[in-house]
Amino acid sequence: MGDFSSGHMIYLLNGLMWTVLLSMLAMLLGGIAGFAVMLARISQRRWLRRISLGYVQIVQGTPLLIQMFLMYFGLGVAGIEVPALVAAALAMMIYSSAYLGEIWRGSVLSIDNTQFEAAETLALTRWQSLVDVILPQALRIATPPTVGFTVQLVKNTSLASVVGFLELTRSAQVINNSLFEPFLVFGIAAVLYFAVCYPLSLWSRILERKLNAGRRQA
Amino acid sequence: MPAAVKLENVVKRFGALEVLKGISFDIEAGQVVALIGASGSGKSTALRCINRLEQIQSGTIEVCGHRVEDPALDPRSLRQDVGMVFQSYNLFPHMTVGENVMLALKRVKRMDRSAARKVAERVLRQVGLAEKIDNYPEQLSGGQQQRVAIARSLAMAPKVMLFDEVTSALDPKLTGEVLRVMEDLAKAGMTMVVVTHEMAFARRAADKVIFMHQGHVHEVGDASILTTPETPELREFLDHDL
Ligand SMILES: Nc1ncnc2c1ncn2[C@@H]1O[C@H](COP(=O)(O)OP(=O)(O)OP(=O)(O)O)[C@@H](O)[C@H]1O
Ligand SMILES: [Mg+2]
Repeated sequence: MGDFSSGHMIYLLNGLMWTVLLSMLAMLLGGIAGFAVMLARISQRRWLRRISLGYVQIVQGTPLLIQMFLMYFGLGVAGIEVPALVAAALAMMIYSSAYLGEIWRGSVLSIDNTQFEAAETLALTRWQSLVDVILPQALRIATPPTVGFTVQLVKNTSLASVVGFLELTRSAQVINNSLFEPFLVFGIAAVLYFAVCYPLSLWSRILERKLNAGRRQA
Repeated sequence: MPAAVKLENVVKRFGALEVLKGISFDIEAGQVVALIGASGSGKSTALRCINRLEQIQSGTIEVCGHRVEDPALDPRSLRQDVGMVFQSYNLFPHMTVGENVMLALKRVKRMDRSAARKVAERVLRQVGLAEKIDNYPEQLSGGQQQRVAIARSLAMAPKVMLFDEVTSALDPKLTGEVLRVMEDLAKAGMTMVVVTHEMAFARRAADKVIFMHQGHVHEVGDASILTTPETPELREFLDHDL
């Protein structure tokens, strides 16, 4: 019967740090790629809209776990050896780019088209209209669902354990393999996930409420 | 002198629906033209074709030397000469009044902030709203918002201004203050195309009245056609409108 020691706790906290790091990487890279997906989805070029729609449908129609395997083993077979962190981050970048792209596209399209017209009538380019007029307004609408998606993302980083990335879930597995105290070990892991996710969902809900209050006033 | 705006046989279709069935008219520099007609007769569409918010299927449109129907035309060079004011104001709600006016000055005319601010102050004074420069649109009445929209368009120093039922969303008192601003503009020599249901305004300010009916230009004349219409359609329209 093994005892749960402070050493184990540090090991878990170390895993948590990798979980947070992977989440941030996925959010950062996925955000950049997601912005590009959003642009492609609202493009005036039909072929770009088609291709990006196909991309989104493929990514949203397959499990993240499979994407993770494909990225890790697929790259390996292709002769590109990457650390588990990189494979996981790339898989999650692709995964989040599709979802964020769709969230942001919806936010942009929810802004009345007359705003675009007013801007273009003033001789602004489409890009200037987007950046100066549409995006600042879409941002308010996009923030709550984006933060909400981040919560999902943090939890989904646990899937990176399958490619051997030593994040929180994998760390808990490793400890449990020697201690055989699943309730305790995975319970602590759950609490740690919750400690990261709960403030985020709380924030998301506050933002949502603010947005609705603002709408009611208007 | 060439016409400021010249439409010839303009046809505009939305899918199978032919909205403009070969319309022609021209507007000289400095003229104020009232575009009237029943709902659905194609007034807004005609206006939107002039600054290429809509592309036409055939015919020609010439505006201040720009060939509007030419696919190679950069719409931005056209739109620097053509201002437009909408029924729903379409101010940018996340910007102050001043920022609304300055945006295109900075982005399109590449003015620095202080130069743009000076222009904004001038055009806002012109519409009687100098003191609102740091307010947000939502803090203004509808009439004030519409005057800001006019100032925003005016700031770009357009040669032609298009107005699409700009007072339709306003009550009579606020309508008056917007129409006064437009009459001042007309007196100052601005070329204006005004889609309106305000017949009193058309009588006072219009040099030319164009009556549209079912996608055609049905009757054209000076403001006197509003009192003595020639066609029965215009007579009926005027009777119903009063
Ligand atoms: N984007 C569009 N797609 C399809 N049909 C359109 C579009 N815009 C206008 N139409 C149709 O074209 C016709 C003329 O519309 P338009 O807005 O030019 O009329 P209008 O004279 O401005 O009427 P109103 O006085 O109601 O503003 C209408 O039948 C309208 O339904
Ligand atoms: Mg109309």
